[in-house]
Amino acid sequence: MYRIVEKNRLTPEAVFLRVEAPRIARRRKAGQFVVLRVDEQGERIPLTIVGSDPEAGTVTLVVQEVGTSTRKLGRLKAGEAILDLTGPLGHPTEVKKWGRVACLAGGIGTAEVLPVVEAVRAAGNTTLAIVGARSRELLILEEEMRAAADGLYITTDDGSYGRHGVVTDVLLALINDGAVPDRVYAIGPVPMMKAVADLTRPYNIPTVVSLNALMVDGTGMCGCCRVTVGGETKFTCVEGPDFDGHQVDFAELVQRQKIYLGQEKSSLEKFEESCGGCRIR
Amino acid sequence: MKTPRQKMAEQDPQVRISNFNEVPSGFTPEQAQKEAARCLQCKNAPCRSGCPVEIDIPAFILAIKEGDFAAAREKLLETNSLPAVCGRVCPQEDQCEKVCVLAKKGEPVAIGTLERFAADWEGEEPPSPPAAGPEKAKVAVIGAGPAGLTAAADLARMGYRVTIFEALHQPGGVLVYGIPEFRLPKSIVFAEVEKVKKMGVKLELNQVVGATLSLEELFESGFQAVFVGTGAGLPRFMGIPGENLNGAYSANEYLTRVNLMKAYRFPEYDTPVIRGKKVGVIGGGNVAMDSARTALRLGAEEVSIVYRRSRAEAPARIEEVHHAEQEGVVFRFLTLPLRYLDDGKGWMEGMECQKMELGEPDDSGRRRPVPIEGSEFTIDCDLAVVAIGNDPNPLLPRALPELKLGWKGTIETDPETGATSIPGVFAGGDIATGAATVIEAMGAGKKAARGIDRYLSRYTISPRG
Repeated sequence: MYRIVEKNRLTPEAVFLRVEAPRIARRRKAGQFVVLRVDEQGERIPLTIVGSDPEAGTVTLVVQEVGTSTRKLGRLKAGEAILDLTGPLGHPTEVKKWGRVACLAGGIGTAEVLPVVEAVRAAGNTTLAIVGARSRELLILEEEMRAAADGLYITTDDGSYGRHGVVTDVLLALINDGAVPDRVYAIGPVPMMKAVADLTRPYNIPTVVSLNALMVDGTGMCGCCRVTVGGETKFTCVEGPDFDGHQVDFAELVQRQKIYLGQEKSSLEKFEESCGGCRIR
Repeated sequence: MKTPRQKMAEQDPQVRISNFNEVPSGFTPEQAQKEAARCLQCKNAPCRSGCPVEIDIPAFILAIKEGDFAAAREKLLETNSLPAVCGRVCPQEDQCEKVCVLAKKGEPVAIGTLERFAADWEGEEPPSPPAAGPEKAKVAVIGAGPAGLTAAADLARMGYRVTIFEALHQPGGVLVYGIPEFRLPKSIVFAEVEKVKKMGVKLELNQVVGATLSLEELFESGFQAVFVGTGAGLPRFMGIPGENLNGAYSANEYLTRVNLMKAYRFPEYDTPVIRGKKVGVIGGGNVAMDSARTALRLGAEEVSIVYRRSRAEAPARIEEVHHAEQEGVVFRFLTLPLRYLDDGKGWMEGMECQKMELGEPDDSGRRRPVPIEGSEFTIDCDLAVVAIGNDPNPLLPRALPELKLGWKGTIETDPETGATSIPGVFAGGDIATGAATVIEAMGAGKKAARGIDRYLSRYTISPRG
């Protein structure tokens, strides 16, 4: 059992959890993830590790409550426990001194890009964070990101905060202003990562994306998470999750993320019925 | 008149294809005693040499014949820590029963079914193993599959303090994620694991050694030897077009969803699985049979096994092929998938195949399948399950660059002791041999336990520095 020692609600659809997992806290690096199972009936789901405190033996996770498993997780209170949690899985993000690095994130990806921003800056890079949200109330971890990056740019789809637009608008503006990044890192919804990769391709800016493929075991055993990169099949869990954004077949990734849409919907309906519309607490 | 070989009662094929309950129900005590009486109690007992875990077969059969079922169970547990598993999934026809003297003229003694009977016998609790003498060294076992459980139990029996580190949330390895409930009920596996734990073996779940903790940390925290039994957990694909379409699974994924994650009970359990109407399973081994029979139980209307060689070359147990046929699985031998067909929306709608014929024998000694030009045809299917084998799991070897690897990333070991290129690190099972059987992995676990014992005996007496 992995006890939740702190829980904060970030937005109406996202929570922040600090969970006791001393071994993972000690070993995790930026870009790695855990696989967890909330309860006996639960799925195994992958979640990016947002941060850790090796002394306290805790890791932090940010969960967007979109399906049954993530809703179940979001319902847990501080003091309660996650049944199973394993990691850190996946290759850590490659971190070197490149010069100027832009880290782009959309939605919940803001939490997931935070450890990358920290690691990249710690390696001596000028690190710019460009984060986007649909609206101001859905923007998360603004203060943490401001502290972690050399510069922070915020966009909202509806213009309620920061720049009205999307993260690629900011990246394009930087490029046009001559502040071309030496490397770009993007994490978020697939269309956003694809848009970033499409934007940087003509400029030959190395662009790394962290893929959120479906997984079961997370250790290479099942092949659920396979993606096509440069025409070759790769297992996201053991060969990723970071890949060259210019080589990823995003259309296939989007397609594969839809495999269980119908079943996910029926599972969620059943869950909501069982807890009587327990969406926000 | 000679007594014929006794047969277990089985669920009717038409009934069992709509449930996940075990197919055969085991011998009754009367049947078991009748079958045990067929054993000739040969002095030289060729059957024993056919058993990778060295069971004293005549002795346990004699105990059954005499009606002392608890003694029979004890005899099994002396050398085999998972007899209820072996009695169900061992290919006895290729091992002990193959060399049974009775097999020369007729039918061999049903050793496997007798093993199952004795292992399942619920009499008085088996006595706890004798308390170990002065406590011996700490040994870490990585992976709670057949090899790891066997090594752990044998080491505990020798007095070592053993901790098993398992990556998944349940122990059992392939016994829980791979082999379906209808062939090996999970309650049987967990009961066997409980027995191993009662011997003093500790079990830590959710621990990926190489990720959650390093081998170095294990040695630093006082473990003096490590057994690696991490299995062949990296599914192979054919590399043909359409293999990533929605509706294409590795057998590992399909079976893991259904067995480990209990997707057959969705939505009571949260993990979903695609329930294909027309299912094509690629491969001719036991895993292919398990996948095909699982598809039937998940409501498929039509399930075919697509295998590039002929029936004679199929590596599946005869019993498994027979069960699959009884249940209505269609066998398409000498058929090779060339590509999977997209319905235009990213989902599988069929596979284009080519007919094959058998040519000259290949390296495996089996006749090589050769394509017949112009024989292409299409099989309709909305789900394809690729069951063509696994490569060794890369996680632990990757974390240990100094570990010497062999063919396809297997760990190189001394087959007699399991010793690897790193002192104190032993390995066995599929991670060392490539995909093989449960019993071969158990045999390797047994040998490695002895190898570790020899290593540690030397280690503890030879002063260092």
